[in-house]
Amino acid sequence: MNSKKIVLIFPKQKIDQPIVYKLIKEFNLVFNILKASITPDQEGHMVLELEGENAEIEKGIKYLKEQGLKIEALSKDIKVNWDKCVQCSACVSICPTGALYIKDRKTMEVSFDSDKCIACELCIKPCPPRAIEVHF
Amino acid sequence: MVKTIAEINERIKNGQAVVVTAEEIIEIVEKKGVAEAAKQVDVVTTATFGPMCSSGAYFNFGHTKPKIKAGGGKALLNGIPAYTGWAAVDLYLGATAMADDDPRNKIHPGEFAYGGAHVIEELVAGKDVRLQVEAYGTDCYPRKHLDSWVNIKDLNEAVLFNTRNAYQNYNVAVNLSNKTIYTYLGTLKPNLGNANYCSAGQLSPLLNDPYLKTIGIGTRIWLGGGIGYVAWQGTQFNPHAPRLANGVPKRPAQTLAVIGDLKQMSSEWLKGVSFIGYGTTLNVGIGVPIPILNEEMVKYTAVRDQDLLAAVVDYSEAYPQGKPDVLGEVNYAQLKSGEIEVNGKKVPTSGISSYKKALVIASDLKEQIQKGKFLLTEKVADLPSADDAPKFKPFNERPVKEEK
Repeated sequence: MNSKKIVLIFPKQKIDQPIVYKLIKEFNLVFNILKASITPDQEGHMVLELEGENAEIEKGIKYLKEQGLKIEALSKDIKVNWDKCVQCSACVSICPTGALYIKDRKTMEVSFDSDKCIACELCIKPCPPRAIEVHF
Repeated sequence: MVKTIAEINERIKNGQAVVVTAEEIIEIVEKKGVAEAAKQVDVVTTATFGPMCSSGAYFNFGHTKPKIKAGGGKALLNGIPAYTGWAAVDLYLGATAMADDDPRNKIHPGEFAYGGAHVIEELVAGKDVRLQVEAYGTDCYPRKHLDSWVNIKDLNEAVLFNTRNAYQNYNVAVNLSNKTIYTYLGTLKPNLGNANYCSAGQLSPLLNDPYLKTIGIGTRIWLGGGIGYVAWQGTQFNPHAPRLANGVPKRPAQTLAVIGDLKQMSSEWLKGVSFIGYGTTLNVGIGVPIPILNEEMVKYTAVRDQDLLAAVVDYSEAYPQGKPDVLGEVNYAQLKSGEIEVNGKKVPTSGISSYKKALVIASDLKEQIQKGKFLLTEKVADLPSADDAPKFKPFNERPVKEEK
């Protein structure tokens, strides 16, 4: 099993079609919706994590493109600048996925698990030293 | 077993002093008891590293040719206004100062990306800072404008002088409203979405000497990575706060005003930080050595997170409106576990003060004392106690009525 995070951009005329559903039916892919903003008559965005065989993931992405969706790899990469981090834990209760977490309750060291990060960016501004950076 | 500070200093000079952190003393007392710990241990090191808004630094930048009198004029350091209401070339820069054209909370919540605290951090890091002065000109100080780069090494004096630091205990902030609020204790999610606390708990200086038996005016401390001193009681000093049986206040209580040479401090321990929707402030590192003069000091310094209570306060209503309401009390072991219970709901916690960095400071101070590089001081005078301190008062507002 492999996994890949992608960003789907729905043109507004595709919003009402069950496109993502077919990923399960036809390509046997498991998906996790990490973030979605879909509004009628507007371009929609969805961040998906696809799980399945590599070949199937590629076929699924090809299918999505054929449906007129724009696909981008999850291009935003969240990094913690540990030189700037003051090791408070303001981000920890803000982070919705536990990507920012306390590694050791004895020392209260803050750590970052990028595999869990969904690039929602909720942590960026609440970080007092602004140590969390978005890389494109 | 009673020791004096002079005796402890002799042991420090001879490299014989037994120094432990406020975390380590807990286990020593658990294993060996109070009496034995009092015999064995000479000094317990305490520390804290967190945002402390009433911080700032003063400078004397030296006389220009021709001379300029910033006093009564305007001065900017990297665009941030410094206080000029002093003699010709003295300035004070506060941590929360921000540029006149900063949008602040015009679009709420504002970013507050850069303020006085950030300038202090950059100066300490040895970076050049732009100094702009607008003066009115006098016969003896004819110059009216100055725009120059300055560096901390060229300043005559650069002194960190913080009027309120090292709060003895603090509130745990929560949000009962149904929208996110932005406070000096961080971003608080609606409907008890999170709870933010701000104390090093069992490591925190004033929680380890709750009646300030050993800490007073003149106490030498670890400040911003260098040496500092307790100058006075901090503002909002309140020894009257309710206390537990162990003497430790359950509410924000006593504070310290501290001073030290900025030139020998480090930007690792003076960090400009930005609280979205609130403003800028300075993260200050402070370490205080507590001499173990007797068994009483062992008992105080052996205080554990589970023995320290803090009040949970609603920052959407009770705090801003100055209401005394408290939603409950929790201990620091609960806060550090990552979850507390408020109004029957499990609420995730975040620390705004850094326990990890406080541990680093306490260990560094311990090492300096062990190596004989840091000697303890006798306090010159006591800070006020509950017997002699005036009552801590809110503002007495007497609205001015315009005469017709």
